[in-house]
Amino acid sequence: MFDFSKNYFDLFGLPVAFLIDTASLAERYRELQRVVHPDRYASASEQEQRLALQQATMVNEAFETLRDPLKRAVYLLQLNGVDTNQETATTRDGAFLMQQMELREALAELRDLDDPYPGLDRLMAQIGGLIKEQVAQLAVQFESGSPEQLEAARESVSKMQFLNKLHSEAEALEAELEEMI
Amino acid sequence: MALLQIAEPGQSTAPHEHRLAAGIDLGTTNSLVASVFSGEARTLADDAGAHILPSVVRYTPEGVVVGEQARAAAVQDPHNTIASAKRLIGRAIGDIKTLGDQLPYRFTEQDSAVPRIRTVAGDVSPIEVSAEILKVLASRAQQTLGGELTGVVITVPAYFDDAQRQATKDAAKLAGLNVFRLLNEPTAAAVAYGLDHGAEGVHAIYDLGGGTFDISILRLNKGVFEVMATGGDSALGGDDFDRAIAEWIMQQAGIGDSADAGVLRSLSEQARSAKEALSEQTSVPLQVALPDGASWQGELTRDRFNELVDPLIRKTISACRRALRDAGISADEVEDVVMVGGSTRALRVREKVGEFFDTEPLVSIDPDRVVAIGAAIQADVLAGNKPDEQMLLLDVNPLSLGLETMGGLVEKIIPRNTTIPVARAQEFTTFKDGQTAMAVHVVQGERELVADCRSLARFELRGIPPMVAGAARIRVTFSVDADGLLHVEAEEQSQGVKASVEVKPSYGLTDDEIAGMLKASIEHAGEDMAARKLGEQQVEVARVVEALTAALASDGDELLNAEERSTVDAALQRLQQAAQTSQDADQLKAEIEALEKACDFYVERRMNSGIHKAMAGHKVEEFE
Repeated sequence: MFDFSKNYFDLFGLPVAFLIDTASLAERYRELQRVVHPDRYASASEQEQRLALQQATMVNEAFETLRDPLKRAVYLLQLNGVDTNQETATTRDGAFLMQQMELREALAELRDLDDPYPGLDRLMAQIGGLIKEQVAQLAVQFESGSPEQLEAARESVSKMQFLNKLHSEAEALEAELEEMI
Repeated sequence: MALLQIAEPGQSTAPHEHRLAAGIDLGTTNSLVASVFSGEARTLADDAGAHILPSVVRYTPEGVVVGEQARAAAVQDPHNTIASAKRLIGRAIGDIKTLGDQLPYRFTEQDSAVPRIRTVAGDVSPIEVSAEILKVLASRAQQTLGGELTGVVITVPAYFDDAQRQATKDAAKLAGLNVFRLLNEPTAAAVAYGLDHGAEGVHAIYDLGGGTFDISILRLNKGVFEVMATGGDSALGGDDFDRAIAEWIMQQAGIGDSADAGVLRSLSEQARSAKEALSEQTSVPLQVALPDGASWQGELTRDRFNELVDPLIRKTISACRRALRDAGISADEVEDVVMVGGSTRALRVREKVGEFFDTEPLVSIDPDRVVAIGAAIQADVLAGNKPDEQMLLLDVNPLSLGLETMGGLVEKIIPRNTTIPVARAQEFTTFKDGQTAMAVHVVQGERELVADCRSLARFELRGIPPMVAGAARIRVTFSVDADGLLHVEAEEQSQGVKASVEVKPSYGLTDDEIAGMLKASIEHAGEDMAARKLGEQQVEVARVVEALTAALASDGDELLNAEERSTVDAALQRLQQAAQTSQDADQLKAEIEALEKACDFYVERRMNSGIHKAMAGHKVEEFE
């Protein structure tokens, strides 16, 4: 029944789809961990402890993957045989790249302001909004599932990687500002 | 081999005796031990009725003294009396010096990576000092509970890094304890608090102890404690409050930095009692004997005290903000804040924390005992005393784990606040033609430069088949177990050549060192090792037989066909026979292993059947 070759959706008894019921995902996750977590085997044999460790590790990995829209999209593309080499993620969307450059400049300029917080909050909200747009697009693309739409989904994934990176840079700036207080 | 403790609710497995287990709060300043008996978790007192054991160990030519008596002698005998060993455990000499040069100990330079302190009873490492404290607490538990402990849960600061965790486990090994689990202190507090209040939702645990600070954000849901994020500072605590006060006094009284160890000790004692008094009064009088025989008199007001500690409290609030961000929530989503650790008695701390989370901090459980009580509850569950218990703790790794890459940069493999257990792999390649070896440097921390992170281990992967640059595929796998301990393996994949290494942290003891210390302590106690080993194996045999019998009774008919059943029965019988005839511990161990091997398929089937049951009860269409 616990099959390490199972796909993550099957593991949680969820349909293979981008749109996911996050409440049941979390619920199933807790149910599975209740059974496989190493704490259940603290007084058991080494062999059972090893098995439990492997299973709990896989359940955690599966949960982490499905919970996060970007990781979920990458995983779905993999299941569909679409290669998403994250190292070489690119997009040819000129308008998008232009927007990225502008956002990056805006972030860099914040550093020199006396009170960077209002601008930083605005910028982070803007990036958050753009990420949500990509998530909505991914939902449509995966719903269709045609080769063209999957290719479009690959592109959306690349864009999300750009946006996520920018978002974490904004967070890093926020953390840096706090350190200086 | 408990063969899984999955029983359906209401259907108990075979009746087995209550296994003795204890939770230990190994603190910087004070330590406690607690256990669940008669259905309630309680801290245990010594013969004199004291629950708290000061974490102070004094070495004398006559022997080792632990606790209040040792603490009382600290001023007169500073070099041989070790306090706050927790601040030193799992650290290298260099790290310790940065903690502040006011430590009154004489460290010895040695080959070993573990620092040792020179005492009249010989050189001791912080691990051995901690083991002494653990021994006293364990024997207190065994006396109170009337039997051997099957295992313990020891709490550590959530922000402890890998080396500090490993060192704590080594200390337990030296003390002869079976460690079920290392449990994070704030998680332990959440258990004690959550079970008490039946709370659900998101909670923050603010834990400021003597030498460490932790903040954890947890979500409670039907008995599952899910740590969303944790943060802190493993070298910040009430001791720093004392030091700030002591430094202020030195300044006021004109005492120089070169004052001797006894004067420093007495100053920090004064500072500590002044701090404690200021939770009740608005000012305290001070009197200090000066080295030249004169004395200085002064006063510390609460306002001045607040000024002195505010920068330290600000550091903790900063960590709270970071933890919230990692958890992806804002302060107003936190339902309440539980205060843990003696240093949260300071009114200023409560005030600032309340301000930040915009809620009155909860101080209803004795902040000194709550961690030990939570650990005791978890120990009871892990001992298998509650097969139907729904409680489950899902914890995270506190600091990012990574590898050194070109140019002294860190490549993060497992980011901080990832739920454990976890395993992640990353592929690397060679950068020179014909390269046959690769250095792997494992680091822990959040910074981008290796130099700013904690170095955990270095090893070399050798025997890579010579290839052109970039052709080799070296897969490095990091796995963190449920204790938060890291294992790293590297493997060359392209030509199927395997070379893997298990890493021990650089600042832990080597296995040989542990073996040597264990041997010495056993010889010292005059115990017969063979008899002890045999006894342990006999207990293990009984446990395995009991577990397997119970498992067979509950689902043997359902999961096994007649042939399989007779295989398992025969293996079980063989072990029972061996137990009756053999007096050889190694042979018994081998017999247990043989049985486990023979029942391999059954164990797996039971686990799967458990998963099946966990997933049952959902509608069929949910699975489509």
